[in-house]
Amino acid sequence: MNILRILDKLSNDKFFTGEATRLQTLSSIADFGKKAAVASVPLGLAGLMSTPAHAETTTSSASMFKTPLTDALQLALTLEYLEDEYYRIGLATAGLIPTADRTVFSQISKHETAHVAFLKSALTSLGTAPGTKPTFDFTAGGNFTPFTNYQQFLTLAQAFEDTGVRAYKGQAGNVMSNKDVLTAALQIHSVEARHASQVRRMRANKGWIELANGGNMPSATDPVYAGEGVTVQAGFNTATAFGPEAGSAAYDEVLSGSDAAAIAGLFIV
Amino acid sequence: MKKTISVSNGAATLDTNRRNFLKLSGVGLAIAGLALVGCNDDDDMIIDPGSNVFDLGTGDVGVLNYAYALEQLEADFYTKVVNSFYTGISDAEKQIFTDLYHHEVIHRDFFKAAIGGAAPNSILPTLEFQYNGVDFKSRTSVLATAKALEDTGVAAYNGAGKYITNPDYLVLAGKIVSVEARHASAIRDLINPKSADFSGDDVINAMGLDLAKEPKDVVTAAGGFFKTPFTWKERGI
Repeated sequence: MNILRILDKLSNDKFFTGEATRLQTLSSIADFGKKAAVASVPLGLAGLMSTPAHAETTTSSASMFKTPLTDALQLALTLEYLEDEYYRIGLATAGLIPTADRTVFSQISKHETAHVAFLKSALTSLGTAPGTKPTFDFTAGGNFTPFTNYQQFLTLAQAFEDTGVRAYKGQAGNVMSNKDVLTAALQIHSVEARHASQVRRMRANKGWIELANGGNMPSATDPVYAGEGVTVQAGFNTATAFGPEAGSAAYDEVLSGSDAAAIAGLFIV
Repeated sequence: MKKTISVSNGAATLDTNRRNFLKLSGVGLAIAGLALVGCNDDDDMIIDPGSNVFDLGTGDVGVLNYAYALEQLEADFYTKVVNSFYTGISDAEKQIFTDLYHHEVIHRDFFKAAIGGAAPNSILPTLEFQYNGVDFKSRTSVLATAKALEDTGVAAYNGAGKYITNPDYLVLAGKIVSVEARHASAIRDLINPKSADFSGDDVINAMGLDLAKEPKDVVTAAGGFFKTPFTWKERGI
């Protein structure tokens, strides 16, 4: 059992005690970002968002220092704002979340709040003003009633978490120029995956996504799972050994920035 | 610069084990030969000429071999679990462990094919493992080991991402690490259902960030499972 004890000890290591330093490092990189912004082609998040309100936000003064890196962080921030507000409302709605499930959602909510704060400070450190929180409509124009129907609350929670996993992954290439941001993005990405697995299992699904099937999800969430059924990775057929279910579930697929923004856009007024 | 991996599935089955060892011995002899001729530049050496210990290598190949080593470990562990389930296992838990076994074997064989295609002379051989202190008949012991392996896998990928230079490899690692995190969450929930443990405060810090570990810390932690020694000099292992 020695190994397990060592592993447990390492889980509590001091890896993050230097976080203030890390953010200082980020700010020093911001200088580079400012110079690079002139030469770089912005991802154009504003154009990807479906609502004019959001376009205004991203074309404000913050756009001066826009880079693919900060655009990726702005997209992440939008998704985290959405999740943060969703769980806050859910937890604050009397009688919605059964007592037995509150611990899980309190933990998820805590992480989403922390992610919002982290991304805001990361953007600020990079010399970019964090986008302001959009106005959300979690009924998506009257199509869902997540705060009066717990099953719908779970359904949308699953959709948001599975979207988050794919969206962060889709930005990997845009953040890899900055190793600190890349590592932090990976660290958030795996937290979203832990959340997704838990919520999925609370809906009697597997924690992982087999084929392009979200698992007892309404068709409105199909874009969240589109393309998840891939069974060829870099030319390797992942379905050969155990079939397409296992082969597709062994890999989570990316979601492009535009697809992720479109999904979030459904819930933005 | 950017090399896209493209591999065929043909050789993705079990073992070219022996052949790899033979191939490796060949490389070892060749390098030893160079050393005798007076080559002092060991930067590109795959194998320490002084021993038979494999080095994971440099650059992206080193990271891929590192991932391959961890996936070999996970696949080996779950193979043992599903071949002799612990006492009193439920059907639901059998399904979960069977899925984990499938996913990890697929990951392992993927890396074998990927590295075999991109750097056939630098691929880590098939490793042997040991599980001192693990009682495969005990639910508690198997779940605790699975939890440690999955959490370590997540922290390892999170920590190694910054060492990857090819964006395609980074995305592939990303596709795998989130599945490892899904596993970790499920195992943790089996241990302590409906608690906060699925993404517990022991792994997620106050900023909402999961663990990211340096390779040397991962190998120190999981090293006891590795019966076959290896080095990764570029990362101080």
